[in-house]
Amino acid sequence: MATTADHFQAHTDDHGHADHDHKPAFFARWFMSTNHKDIGTMYLIFAIFAGIIGGAFSGMMRVELAQPGIQYLDTFSQWFGGDGADFTSTLHTWNVLITAHGLIMVFFMVMPAIIGGFGNWFVPLMIGAPDMAFPRMNNISFWLTVAGFCSLLLSAFVPGGTGNGAGTGWTVYAPLSTYGSPGPAVDFGIFSLHLAGAGSIMGAINFITTIFNMRAPGMTMHKMPLFVWSVLVTAFLLLLSLPVLAAAITMLLTDRNFGTTFFDPAGGGDPVLYQHLFWFFGHPEVYIMILPGFGIISQIISTFSKKPVFGYLGMAYAMVAIGVVGFIVWAHHMYTTGMTVNTKMYFTAATMVIAVPTGVKIFSWIATMWGGSIEFKSPMVWAMGFIFLFTVGGVTGVYLANGGIDDVVHDTYFVVGHFHYVLSLGAVTALFAGFYYWFPKMSGRMHSELLSHLHFWVFFVGVNMIFFPMHFLGLQGMPRRYPDYAEAYTYWNQIATDGYMIMAVSLVIWFINIAYAYTAGKKVGDNYWGEGATTLEWTLSSPPPFHQFETLPVIEDKGHH
Amino acid sequence: MKSVNFASVAGRGAKALGLILALAMAPQALFAQEPVAAASAPADSAAAAGSYTPMTPTPGIGMPVDGGLNVQQQFSPIGEYGHWMHNGLVWLMVIISLFVLGLLLWVIIRYNSKANPVPSKTSHNTLLEVVWTLVPVLILVGVAVPSIDLLAKQFKPAPKEALTVKVTGNQWFWTYGYPDNGDFEIVSNMLNIPGSPVINNGIREVGSKPWDGPSHLEVDNRMVVPVGEPIRLQITAADVIHAFAVPSLWFKLDAVPGRINEKVLVIEKPGVYYGQCSELCGAKHGYMPIAVEALPRDKYNAWVLAHPGGVIDGKKQAEAAAPAAAPAPAADASEAPAEEATEAAPAA
Repeated sequence: MATTADHFQAHTDDHGHADHDHKPAFFARWFMSTNHKDIGTMYLIFAIFAGIIGGAFSGMMRVELAQPGIQYLDTFSQWFGGDGADFTSTLHTWNVLITAHGLIMVFFMVMPAIIGGFGNWFVPLMIGAPDMAFPRMNNISFWLTVAGFCSLLLSAFVPGGTGNGAGTGWTVYAPLSTYGSPGPAVDFGIFSLHLAGAGSIMGAINFITTIFNMRAPGMTMHKMPLFVWSVLVTAFLLLLSLPVLAAAITMLLTDRNFGTTFFDPAGGGDPVLYQHLFWFFGHPEVYIMILPGFGIISQIISTFSKKPVFGYLGMAYAMVAIGVVGFIVWAHHMYTTGMTVNTKMYFTAATMVIAVPTGVKIFSWIATMWGGSIEFKSPMVWAMGFIFLFTVGGVTGVYLANGGIDDVVHDTYFVVGHFHYVLSLGAVTALFAGFYYWFPKMSGRMHSELLSHLHFWVFFVGVNMIFFPMHFLGLQGMPRRYPDYAEAYTYWNQIATDGYMIMAVSLVIWFINIAYAYTAGKKVGDNYWGEGATTLEWTLSSPPPFHQFETLPVIEDKGHH
Repeated sequence: MKSVNFASVAGRGAKALGLILALAMAPQALFAQEPVAAASAPADSAAAAGSYTPMTPTPGIGMPVDGGLNVQQQFSPIGEYGHWMHNGLVWLMVIISLFVLGLLLWVIIRYNSKANPVPSKTSHNTLLEVVWTLVPVLILVGVAVPSIDLLAKQFKPAPKEALTVKVTGNQWFWTYGYPDNGDFEIVSNMLNIPGSPVINNGIREVGSKPWDGPSHLEVDNRMVVPVGEPIRLQITAADVIHAFAVPSLWFKLDAVPGRINEKVLVIEKPGVYYGQCSELCGAKHGYMPIAVEALPRDKYNAWVLAHPGGVIDGKKQAEAAAPAAAPAPAADASEAPAEEATEAAPAA
């Protein structure tokens, strides 16, 4: 924060020629990688690949939902090895789609992209470190995630009760996931979560160690860029919440296979216990997905306003506050399970508290732009879109926090609309913002700004058309996870499906843009965004040398705060 | 965001219109179904005691409407309170979103690099930061007060005399038990959709009877309850978790195996209110709807007596329904006015 691009110019020139020789051969470089930038690249490619599959699943769901009745699901069922004739197994395929879409987008798209991809790439660069603290553990984190993804894909083709695949929803609620789903599919799903979870825990340990121990001389905690702060908070959330998920799904596994009855009332267990354990992980998980996005947005807003972030300490500690409070609000996902009214009152009040630090972030971003000299380059347009869309998702969150209101919207499309506004339109918009911000840094090639802006506007229209009408559907009472619906829900469902098609076009524009960058994109210099970009990655070449900061940069105290 | 604004206005208009319609049509509909019962002498009604014809639902009432923007029209006191709070929250959401949008538009116009070539260096303003922390806190306190009050009212325990209905979720149908009325049980399956595969037991197709409501929502046997009095719903499940939900009654409670969840339901107007299972329960989760039919007490009694084993006030009766039953108390029960029947219910 306190350093400027020119300050390190001399160092980067040194790196340029010294590092070219160290690149290992193809197999060693990509399959035995210990380089944080290569691993970050692999995470990004993996996330795009998984995102295409998860996005295709959502497309399958949207075409089915365009009309009441079952039109395409029997065909989809055949793709997973069903015969398409048995109606029950056709309907089971729907549950496989919703489950796979949720798990893929959460564990194999957003998390690998935003933490594994951008976190790996830019945390070491931003704190002036040569690499992550545990490079080999970084590698196994990635390959465990890939293995987890393979296990999840396999689960779709083996029996899961009423049809092939795990049809439990991404929440894997017992007892539907225990005695309700015989067959190996759910076991494969649980194994997938174990692998991805282990990968994420190791990743979290790596980030915490790196950030605490490998900051360049002079970079105190309070001088770290906000993206680094966001990844640090996220890493703690992962470290503290994932073991609880691991315990919960291990208990599922023993209930399923070894005769325990943790969640089976017939043996003295309680299905609601599973929900408490799951959401103790699940609620921090939603902040795990969005906090690094907050960090990315802060960097971008500051860069293109040519101003330091407004209220830096407030911004950093707002994220810490969101992380801490995020651990004590989990049961707002369970208002209808029959908890006592006092418990509901507590979780209503606690949940609303989260709106305060979130509000601080929104207003600080606007205050950062206030008085700035804003350039509307593509990352900035995406970032401003993020602020508005996240605000919409945030206010519906305050609405849903009310336990008494939740009785009418719980498990309806209103909730689907809400969490897609904060994730699909929040985290994913932040991902695209980060992508356009850093893609030239990672590749050395400039994308087309025109296509990037076009991508934004088409995406913006598409996703709003998909998800805004879902609020209306939910208020009218349409439940989630339904392959078929009463005719009165047709109107808004059709519009949502049309929106999906528009959104899909925007992704085509994105891929064309990437192809353009690699074929015709201009080569970029160290700091292609200009004076506003002040963090350490802009002191390095684009792409940065294979090993950077062999001589550590020194951050001078300019009395910034 | 304007559409939400429009939503609440349109919703209020629709609500007023719907109320008028309901008031105008409901009594006629009731009368039409049971022409003998209404004004006839006790002796006649004894003869009609076991008769029951399902009520024809009013279009747009107790069910979703095409292109609807707002919550369904509410028919319970809690629903009306919740709807009032919902409207307030919608305004709050619209105002906050528009405020943020307005600020964004302002910085875009005023602080773009052409309008403001030299950026300021301001990065702190303690007063401003305190204000944008405290103002949201005050707004949230303002939201929390009615929210907590709504919760408290929602979960007030049932009065002792309340009628108990036991709701059980099954894969993939609902059963309704009436322990206060002889403990008979109703099995409620979705009606088949014409042109679609048979859903569960394949009783008949939706629309094959004049009183059938919308497809996907109508069932063969509805959960019938008396109107205007507290009903103690005890909800559980036989296999996996389900959720009993009726949007127009502001009611949703999970059916959890091994647990009994209890909540009071008061329905203010006779009518048919539709809902759907709201917790993923397996393949046919989308095909186990809920239909609640609220009837005046005397018609409810007649419905009870139409079932084998149906009992009012602890007394079996109505030869029409069960010829083998003791004939003596027949006239007794059918003569009893609705209010007395309510008071006497716990004795059953």
